Amino acid sequence: MISASPSSHSKSDTSVIGQLARSVVLCLLPLIPLAITTWLAMQFEKIVSGETLTFEIAWVPSLGIEASFFLDAFSLTFALLVSGIGTLVMLYATSYMTGDLRKWRLFGWLMLFLFAMLGLVTADNIIVLFVFWELTSISSYFLIGHKHEDATARASALQALLVTGTGGLAMLAGLILVAMATGTDQLTEILDQPELIRQSPFVTGMAALLLLGAFTKSAQFPFHFWLPDAMSAPTPVSAYLHSATMVKAGVYLVARLSPAFAGVPFWDFSVIIAGTVTALLGGFLAWQQTDLKRILAFSTISALGTLMLLLGLGTTYAVQAAVLFLVAHSFYKGTLFLVAGAVDHTCGTRDITRLGGLMRHVPGLGLAAILAGVSLAGVPPAAGFLAKEFVLKASLGSDWPELLTAVVFLISLFFVMVAGLVVIKPFFGSSESLPQMLHRPDARLVLPPLFLGIAGMAAGLLANVYGKPIVAGAMAAISPDVKIKSLALWQGWNLPLMLSLVALVSGGVLYAVRQPMISLFAPLTRFCVVFPTDVYRASLAGLNSMTRWQSHLLQDGRLRVYLLVVLITLCSLVAGTLNVVNLPTEASWLPLKPYEMMMPFLILCATLMAIRAKSRMAAICALGVIGYAIALIFVIFGAPDLAMTQLAIETLTVLLFVFVIYRMPRFATLSGRKSRVRDAIVAIIAGGLMSVIALVASMSHVPSRVSEFYANNSYTVAQGRNLVNVILVDFRGLDTMAEVTVLSIAALGIVALMRLQFRSVSDSTDSVKEEDAEVKDDMDNTKADTESVERLTHDSHIDNDSDISKRNP
Amino acid sequence: MEVVMAITVGVLYAAGFYMILRRSLVKVIIGLALLSHASNLFLFTVGGLTRNGTPLISESGVMEAEVYADPLPQALILTAIVIGFGVQAFALVLFKRVFQTVKSDDLDELTTTEQAEVTS
Repeated sequence: MISASPSSHSKSDTSVIGQLARSVVLCLLPLIPLAITTWLAMQFEKIVSGETLTFEIAWVPSLGIEASFFLDAFSLTFALLVSGIGTLVMLYATSYMTGDLRKWRLFGWLMLFLFAMLGLVTADNIIVLFVFWELTSISSYFLIGHKHEDATARASALQALLVTGTGGLAMLAGLILVAMATGTDQLTEILDQPELIRQSPFVTGMAALLLLGAFTKSAQFPFHFWLPDAMSAPTPVSAYLHSATMVKAGVYLVARLSPAFAGVPFWDFSVIIAGTVTALLGGFLAWQQTDLKRILAFSTISALGTLMLLLGLGTTYAVQAAVLFLVAHSFYKGTLFLVAGAVDHTCGTRDITRLGGLMRHVPGLGLAAILAGVSLAGVPPAAGFLAKEFVLKASLGSDWPELLTAVVFLISLFFVMVAGLVVIKPFFGSSESLPQMLHRPDARLVLPPLFLGIAGMAAGLLANVYGKPIVAGAMAAISPDVKIKSLALWQGWNLPLMLSLVALVSGGVLYAVRQPMISLFAPLTRFCVVFPTDVYRASLAGLNSMTRWQSHLLQDGRLRVYLLVVLITLCSLVAGTLNVVNLPTEASWLPLKPYEMMMPFLILCATLMAIRAKSRMAAICALGVIGYAIALIFVIFGAPDLAMTQLAIETLTVLLFVFVIYRMPRFATLSGRKSRVRDAIVAIIAGGLMSVIALVASMSHVPSRVSEFYANNSYTVAQGRNLVNVILVDFRGLDTMAEVTVLSIAALGIVALMRLQFRSVSDSTDSVKEEDAEVKDDMDNTKADTESVERLTHDSHIDNDSDISKRNP
Repeated sequence: MEVVMAITVGVLYAAGFYMILRRSLVKVIIGLALLSHASNLFLFTVGGLTRNGTPLISESGVMEAEVYADPLPQALILTAIVIGFGVQAFALVLFKRVFQTVKSDDLDELTTTEQAEVTS
C-alpha cells in the first residue's frame, strides 16, 4: 500500500522552529543533486571536446591504492543521468514521503546512493569502483527494506542484497585478476593495454567473474528475479535505483570494459545470449502483470537485456543504439515509475484492472505518462523512437540478421503493449472500478514526471543538434573504432521504420487481445516466474541447513565438544608443521641417573591414579604426589626457588581441594564407553604431540641473550644475588605487580562467590518453602543440600542419560 | 633425561586433556590441576635442564656454578605456579557455586543460561 497518506502527519514535533528547520532541509535536499547536475553540465563543453577530467587522492598509500576518479563523455552521460534524475526524484520524494515517520532515513540512504552511484561511474581505481559498487547494493538493500515491518519487503531486500552482493564479490575477483594481468589497478591504464588481457591465460575466468557481477547487478537472466521483488521499495526508490540508475551499473561495467574484452569469444557470446534471453523474458512477462510497478519492472529487465545484447554485438549501430537507448530508457522509465507512484498516491492502488479514466482527474500526470509512453512505444519524435531505430539497424546489420531482427521486433511489440497497459488503460480506460479518489497529488508529485517526460521528448528532437558530441564521446569510450551516424529523427523510408510501424500496429492489436493470450501462456509464465525464485530459495535453504549442520557439529553447546574441536584442530595444525622442523643431528642430552628416575615414575603412577580414582580423596592425594614430585625435580635441576614455591602452593591446593571438594558430588561416570575411548585417543594424541614439541624445543635450545644480561647486571645493578628473585621483583617487577593483581581479583571473586552462595541458598529455600508446604517444615539448608547431592550422585550412577532435573523434587 | 621428562610432560598433558573432556565437573577441576602441572614441567624442560646449576651469584659477584640454569624460565614458571593456583582456587569455588545453583555436576546439563524448569 501507499506509504504516505495525508492523515498520518507526524505529530511528534509540534514546535514551530523544528517544523521550520525540517521544511528548510526538505527544500535543500533536491538542491544538492541540482548543484551537482549544474556543475556537471558546466563541464560539458570541456568533456565533449575530448578532455578527460581526473582527480585523485592517496587513499591507502601503503597498498598503493589511490582514490582516483575520471570523467569522460561516457561517465558524464551516466553522471548527468544520476544527478539529474536524482534531483527530480528527491523533489518528488519530499512530497511522496509526507507523513512517513522514517522519511529522513530514506532521504539519507537516497543521498548516500546518489554519491555512491556518482563515484561508481567516475571511479578510475578498480578497488574504488568495487567499494562504490557495493555501496549502491547496500543502499539499495536499505531502501527496498524501507517498510521493514513488512516481511515481504525484508525478504526482497535480502534477496537483492545477496544476489547483487555475490555478484559484486565475483566482480572483485575478476577485477583483481585483470589488475594482476595488466600490472595496474587504474581502469584507464587497464583499457590502454587490452592485449595483455587477451593474452592472459585467465581471460575466460576474468570474463566470467566480471560478467557475473554485471549480470547480477543489471538483473540479467538467470539473476533477473530480484528486480520485480525489489518493487517493495517506495516508488521514488524504484524509479531512481531500480530503473534509471543502479541497475544500469552492470551495463556500465560491460560497456566500460568492452575495449578490453570485446572480441573475447566467451565475453561476446555470454553477453549476447544473456541479453537476448533477458530481453525476451522480461518483455514476455511484462504485459502479463497487473501491478503497474511490476509491469514496469519486467519491462526494465527487458530494456537491460536489450542494452546487454547491443553491447555484445559491438558494431557501430549497436554501440550508438546502446548509448541512445540507455538515455531514452532512463527518461521514460523514470517518468513512468514516478507517474505510477503518483497514481498510487492518488487512488490508493496500482492495480491496472481497477484503474481507468484518470486523465480527467489528473491531467498533468496523464500528459507525463503520454510523453513517456510515446517514447516507450517508439513513436516519433521521442528519444525512444530514435533509440529503437538504431536497435533495429543494429540487428539488421549483425551477423545473424534474421534471428536478431525477429528478437528485436518481438521486444518492440512487447514495449508497445506495455505502453498501452501503463498509459492507455489507467488514463483512458473505463473508470467503472476506479476507487474513490483519496486526494489530489500536489505539484511536487506531478512536475518531476512531467519534466522528465518533456526532457525525453526534447532529447529526441534535439539529439541531432546538441546530442551528437556527447554520444560520439560515449561511443568512443565503449568501442574506439566506431564513428557516429546521424541522429536525425527522419532518416528516410527504410526497413527499420517499416518494422517500427508494423510493430506499433500489431502491438496495438495484441494489446487489445491480451487477456486470451495471458491464459494461453499461463503455464510458461508460471515456469518463468517461479523457477528462478525457487532455485534461489532452495539454495538459500540449503546454505542455511548446511550452516546449521556445521555449527551443530562444531558448537553443540557442550563444553567438552568445544574442547575436543580445539584439541583436534590444534593437533592437526601443529602436526602439519612438525615435519618441516629441522632437528639438530646431535643433541647434548643429560645422561640418566637412576635415582632421578624415581620422580618421573612417581608422576606417572600418580597421574594414572588421578584418572582412575573412584574416590575424590584418592584423586586429590594423587594430585599432591604429582605436585611434590615436580618440586623435587625442581630441586635436582637447579631451581630451589621453584621448589619452595611449588611445595607451598601444592600444600595449599591440596588443603583447598579437600575443604571444597567434599561439598561437591562424588565422581560420577557420566559419559559412555564410546566417548571415553574417543576422548582417550584424542588426549593421548595431543599429549604425545606435547611430548614431541617438548623434545624438539629442548633439542633446539639456544641460550638467550636476555638471561646473560640478567646474569651480568643482577648484582651490579639490582644488588641481588639470587637471579630468579631479582628478575621477579626488580627487572620484571611490573609483571609481578600484575600477578599480584590477578591473585587479588581471584580472591575477591572467590569471596564474592562464597557470600553470594550464602544468600541465594537461603533465597532458594524460601522459594521452595512457598512452593512446597510438605518439605518446608523439616527443611534444613545443609541437610537439603547434602540430600540432593546424594540423590544426584546416586541417580547419575544408575542412568547416564537420565534427566536429573526431572527427578528432583 | 630430556626424553624421560618429555614423556612425563606428555603423560601429564594427556591425562589433563582427558580429564577436562569429562562430563563430571569435579573431574574437570582435576584436569585443570593436571594441565597446570603439565605446563610448568613443560616450560621447565624446554628451558633446558642443568644439574646443580642454581643461578646464584656468590659474595664476590661472580656466578657460583660453572654451568647455571637459565633463570628466565624459572621466573616464568614461578609466576605460572602462583597464577595456576589462583585459577584453580577460583574454578573450584565457581564450580561449587554452579553445582549448588543448578544441582547438577553434569556439564551436559549446563548448556543454557535459562533457569531450568522445576518439576515437583
